[in-house]
Amino acid sequence: MFTQQIINGLTMGSIYALIALGYTMVYGILRIVNFAHGDIFMMGTFFGLLLTQKFRFPFPLALILAAIFTALLGMLVERVAYRALRLSDRLVLLISALGVSIFLSNFAQLVWGTETHPFPSGLSVKSFQVGTVTLSNIQVYILILSCLLMIALHVFVHKTKMGVAMRATSHSINNARLMGINTDSIISMTFAVGSILAAVAGILVGIYYDAVYPTMGYTAGLKAFTAAVLGGIGNIPGAMLGGVVLGVVESLGAAYISSGYRDAFAFGIMIIVLIFRPSGLLGKKQQEKV
Amino acid sequence: MKKILEVDNVSISFGGLLAVNQVSLHQNKGEILALIGPNGAGKTTLFNLLTGVYQPTSGKIIFAGEEINHYKPHERVKKGIARTFQNIRLFPTMTVLENVLIAHPDCNSETVIPAVFGRKKLAQRRRTVVEECEEILSIVGLQDKLEELATNLPYGKQRLLEIARALATKPSLLLLDEPGAGMNSVEKEELTNLIYYISREMEKDVLLIEHDMKFVMNISERIIVLDHGEKIAEGNAQEIQSNPKVIEAYLGRGNFDDEE
Amino acid sequence: MIQLKLSKNILKLIGAVVLLLLPLLVTNSYFIHIFISIGLYIILSLSLNLVTGFTGQLALGHAAFYGIGAYTSALLLLRFNVSYWLALVLSAVITGIFGFLLGLPALRLKGDYLGIVTLGFGEIVRLVFVNWYSLTRGPLGLPGIPAPKIGPYIFDSRIPFYYLIFGLAAFTVFFMHRLVNSGVGMAMITVKEDEIAAESIGIYPIKYKLLAFSLGAAFAGIAGSFYASYISFISPDTFLYMDSVTILAMVVLGGLGSIPGSIIGATVLVIVPELLRFMTNYRMLLYGALMVFMMIYRPQGFWGANKRVRNSYKIGIRGVSNEKDIRG
Repeated sequence: MFTQQIINGLTMGSIYALIALGYTMVYGILRIVNFAHGDIFMMGTFFGLLLTQKFRFPFPLALILAAIFTALLGMLVERVAYRALRLSDRLVLLISALGVSIFLSNFAQLVWGTETHPFPSGLSVKSFQVGTVTLSNIQVYILILSCLLMIALHVFVHKTKMGVAMRATSHSINNARLMGINTDSIISMTFAVGSILAAVAGILVGIYYDAVYPTMGYTAGLKAFTAAVLGGIGNIPGAMLGGVVLGVVESLGAAYISSGYRDAFAFGIMIIVLIFRPSGLLGKKQQEKV
Repeated sequence: MKKILEVDNVSISFGGLLAVNQVSLHQNKGEILALIGPNGAGKTTLFNLLTGVYQPTSGKIIFAGEEINHYKPHERVKKGIARTFQNIRLFPTMTVLENVLIAHPDCNSETVIPAVFGRKKLAQRRRTVVEECEEILSIVGLQDKLEELATNLPYGKQRLLEIARALATKPSLLLLDEPGAGMNSVEKEELTNLIYYISREMEKDVLLIEHDMKFVMNISERIIVLDHGEKIAEGNAQEIQSNPKVIEAYLGRGNFDDEE
Repeated sequence: MIQLKLSKNILKLIGAVVLLLLPLLVTNSYFIHIFISIGLYIILSLSLNLVTGFTGQLALGHAAFYGIGAYTSALLLLRFNVSYWLALVLSAVITGIFGFLLGLPALRLKGDYLGIVTLGFGEIVRLVFVNWYSLTRGPLGLPGIPAPKIGPYIFDSRIPFYYLIFGLAAFTVFFMHRLVNSGVGMAMITVKEDEIAAESIGIYPIKYKLLAFSLGAAFAGIAGSFYASYISFISPDTFLYMDSVTILAMVVLGGLGSIPGSIIGATVLVIVPELLRFMTNYRMLLYGALMVFMMIYRPQGFWGANKRVRNSYKIGIRGVSNEKDIRG
């Protein structure tokens, strides 16, 4: 039972981690919470559903195409709703982000209806028994794929020119600009990368629960944000750690304490972390200058 | 002479760096005291210690005979210490008058029920507040700008408004952090007169940080020099100007009247 | 100048008379319902504006207070049979206490982080409504909440409810207007603009943040209490995240830190969706787009704080104001 919950927790946790990366990367550069990220995640899932169901693309191709479309959507959102407001008051940006979030979730309702759609992956679900633990092949795919993506992201950020420019921009947007980095395209790229990870996470979770619906971005987004905060927002390894910790805690809480309050554990953790250690598990402290 | 303020062996360090190191100084009642020193000497940090923005790592701060280390910033204001900021911190969307009104203790101590439901008595009280604040504004020469938004004032006038705001808290000790920065020579002349007026006529004690040596030597009765967080000299204008340690501290790093 | 002020007062008077006689002029009960909704949302948006617009504390869980007020009132009426008027007052007080509690994290957090914590709080409150079955009947909700009574007179149609909400909204406007133009309100604004500067003039920011959260919550509780008896049924679905966002949108689109702004924001955002009813499917879509559009082209809102009367602290004092003083 306990090991089983850990496995389930790890599965969801790696999904949260993938979404959390999008929050944390954008925050790292722009110091804003991209409230629309949860809805971008939802849109990515619908793209995946559309490509596999309507257009009958083979799954790996559908996954890649959906990720590309979602990346474009993420870049579009940044261009339309955030770029002009970069220097505005935080609250103004936040409202704009909320506006995008409302727009996207209602757009999805309009196009695909409010009901929950099944997500047949074409994969036959196989479960196998390891001792007392039941593991499905989908869980294994989720764990493997998210590990691969996180490694890829790590390599991208540390070994490629674009990744280094991205890190430079997150240190100081002005210095990066002075160094000749095109910060606008770096920011755009950050949204693209975050959106790709969200789309993959969305498709994986869609298959895992066999369910896709327009409001799925809200709770998932909130929890992924919790994961980002838990790890230390702006910190990439932190987001991964935060996602996994959150997934496991939530899974154990739901199993041993109360399943009705499943989501409340996540939010409770978030509130406690923000109050007592706002810099998260791996983040650094900052002090205001007088 | 009576001591209004005593700083006793005060130190503070940020992440291992000693920003203020074992500084002791005092201010006499009625005196204009200046704090000078090269960039990074710890002058503003000392102001932040006096006003409670920072807590000293060790040492005591005694004001009007009472140790005030444990008081929070807003409580020290009630005790009679007011300040201005080096990087002006007015309330930008409030008017000139409102910036001063809200600093008045009878205005910012209003409570909800009387503020909402009060009538005659409240009006009476507010009338006094407004009159006093308008008078303070006319002392600094801003009586014609009451309805202007603080953010729309020119730089020099913003500095004056900060002084008016500090005065409205009814302090006995006024801390001015580079009051003349960014002012031209005419404005500085007026500022000198204003500081004299605050000291002589309003009988406030003035402690100021300033970079303009001519201004400092001219106005202050006594000068304390900080360098690298330590007090290196103390005395009147002539003594300071001829002190070899002071000369070295400044020459070692460049210009005498270095702007921050 | 004095003439201007007089004509303004006359305008206000005419407005008040029209609003008071409205139920006689408009007999269609659908329209009365719209007016009641406007009154309800004026209270909600003003209460949030105090927290977010005047004190600068971003709150994304305001619907939770609305919900706490509604449940408190409903439970007092259903379980303890108290008079509606007592339930109204108690729900304001109890919701105010919850506001104080939520205000505590605000002492350590700023901006987006505070927004997220209040959002999480809102979710937790909703989950409690859903899961605490023995108290709230969970998703089934609480039906049959009794209507208010004055002596033998029972509020049996929309008209008395209209007058009740008119009175409550008018009280809220009066209260907020007096408050934000007082020393208390100005102190709140200083906390929004620069906490360190506020401390330097003797203002304790913590006190004003807690005060704003408590008062804001208490007024949202009043709105909730009204809603419970007006609709006579409440369930967790009424107090969702989307409702918090709607209230915030009213405040922001109307104008942060502006009382007329909140009134306009609430009115517009109640009426526009009704007008767009023929295109129900698109209205939330447009709503989202409008929020983005407004932030880019008119971030100060319909009636921003920049239009406020300057130095109104001084204008309120009779006897002091001479002709020179009455400006703006």
